[in-house]
Amino acid sequence: MPEMVNRPYERAFEAHALAHPEVMCLSADLTSSCEIDRFRDRHPDRFLSLGMAEQNMMSFAGGLALSGFRPFIHTFGVFMYRRPYDQLVASIAYPRRKVRLMGFLPGVTTPGGMTHQAIEDISVMRSLPNMTILETGDATEVETICAAADSIDGPVWCRVLRGSVPRLFKTGITVGEMRVLSEGSDVLVVTSGITTEEALRARAALAEAGLSVRHLHLHTLKPFDAGQLLDHIGSVRQGVVTLENHVTEGGIGSLVAETMADAGVGKKLVRLGLQDTYAHGGSRPYLMRYYGLDATALVAGIERLTGERFGITDADLAEARVDAVHSLEKAEAL
Amino acid sequence: MNKVFAIRVVTGRGSLMQNAKSVEDVALGIRRRVFEHAMRNNGGYLSQACSAAEQLAWLYAEELQLGAPTLPAVPKPFAGVPSPENHDYVTGAGYNGPASPEYDRLFIAPAHYALVAYATLIEVGRMAPEGLEMFNKDGSSVEMIGAEHSPGMEVHNGTLGIGLSTATGLAWGRLRRGEIGRTWVFMSDGELQEGQTWEAIQAAAYHKIDTLYAIMDVNRQQCDGAMGSVMDVGDIAAKIEAFGGVPVWVDGHKPDEFRDAVQTPHKGKPLIILANSSPFRGMPTLQLRFPRLHYVRFKSEDERVRMNRDIARSLGVEPVAY
Repeated sequence: MPEMVNRPYERAFEAHALAHPEVMCLSADLTSSCEIDRFRDRHPDRFLSLGMAEQNMMSFAGGLALSGFRPFIHTFGVFMYRRPYDQLVASIAYPRRKVRLMGFLPGVTTPGGMTHQAIEDISVMRSLPNMTILETGDATEVETICAAADSIDGPVWCRVLRGSVPRLFKTGITVGEMRVLSEGSDVLVVTSGITTEEALRARAALAEAGLSVRHLHLHTLKPFDAGQLLDHIGSVRQGVVTLENHVTEGGIGSLVAETMADAGVGKKLVRLGLQDTYAHGGSRPYLMRYYGLDATALVAGIERLTGERFGITDADLAEARVDAVHSLEKAEAL
Repeated sequence: MNKVFAIRVVTGRGSLMQNAKSVEDVALGIRRRVFEHAMRNNGGYLSQACSAAEQLAWLYAEELQLGAPTLPAVPKPFAGVPSPENHDYVTGAGYNGPASPEYDRLFIAPAHYALVAYATLIEVGRMAPEGLEMFNKDGSSVEMIGAEHSPGMEVHNGTLGIGLSTATGLAWGRLRRGEIGRTWVFMSDGELQEGQTWEAIQAAAYHKIDTLYAIMDVNRQQCDGAMGSVMDVGDIAAKIEAFGGVPVWVDGHKPDEFRDAVQTPHKGKPLIILANSSPFRGMPTLQLRFPRLHYVRFKSEDERVRMNRDIARSLGVEPVAY
């Protein structure tokens, strides 16, 4: 089991903001849910409460950035693009404002159901000119996402993990790089965010079954270095499996498919994730199992790709972490 | 072709250089230019010139503290949208002068008033008359719906209702930086139908942003027709007050009332001047087109000839030889 880190964003944001006076902390009534309540209490002059009014908040942030500050917007990811999409485009993306959009509870990491689950945000942001997209998959990435995002000359969409987060990596996010977690030669597995941990759970069982897996973890989804990905695809015999905490349209599955098609790569591709469906409310392990986003689904996807049966059962996979859905801190788990 | 063009610099609130035009003269000039343009192009945003001429004239000729323009009097062609590769990208804000701490900033929130705003820039010597001939021409930066690269514009406001929020954020940032310049918004009453306008007022009040000023052209018209027939917005002043702003009603065609209104105490709150205006002011014959005034396109050559004759007479000019 990996080391668990409690509330890595809370400390990382505070440290980054204190080192950079132009950083302003914006919140939309989800201050404790986005782990900035301590920051609010300690540094009230750097904290702006904009209430449950996201449309105004996006344009306000655009104007604030025009005055030279760099707003970090904190709310659930889903609330930062569905309702205020026009404002996000006109006030932030088009003029390349240095607004850092910190989207918490990506994909099915919330029991809040459809209204709370950002399941197509990557698809939307990938199609927006001027937008950079980062996604965190472990505590180290959460600890470094503020600095990484703030290094970009333009707006940045971030998928941020909160609460108790596993530490999988020793090094932080370097924008534009991809992590090579294993260098096998049979199948390429591409993951990002919380699905990387799932792929790691299947690693030993797949090795035991004799499959040589090359595993890439993506924290930078845009801009994207297609050349690097093509090199990795060229290094495996059979094909590629993608697994994402997002719909399979427009996210990393599409990213890989487009890269392969553009380059005329004739290998097989299996895209795992939410299959053209909304999700409902429930615990993260339940939702990942139900919608096929977990290690078991990955093994099945690799079997589909290779046409082989590995005989791997749930008992062969590394134990899944079960977070408490309800805790004292988050009575609603929201 | 960069023509030499004399720029008249407005040196400060109420302290115009000698020989500067009066607000009334500028307003008349705006109407004449928009009329001429509409006649030549078989239509245009005539009613907006009628309702807003005094407001924009007052802002530019008198009230706003602006520096000398930083961009050429004859606008450059469209030079690409913002992107990491477009290193020379600039907005049209330079027509309002530099973004220095002591100067005011202005957003034209209803970008559909662009034609009227461009005419204003010409009348106050911030843009060459040639600029208006580029209006809505392919490859021009003088766009029909003001873009952020269009003369006098700094942000995109074509999706109505976002201008006041942007100004609120900018004003907060400028306050935090200790800048004395105010942040102004020219608004339209149609924007009151957008919930975001109310979000912006409540945020400005909550954060005590009193360097935020707006003047709203309350002409009661929108694309479909009279606002009352589309979506009534009720008692505007009472609503603004309830959301935490300070509203002041004025006659939209009496600059003296603007001058008084802007002195209204509004400590800790945004000041919103409600300019009760007529969409026919100065061109009474436009009443024949009520209630479709948003964009007047002549229905026949006959109508064009009649409007040309009647409006020219109202504005004291010769009919346009289009």
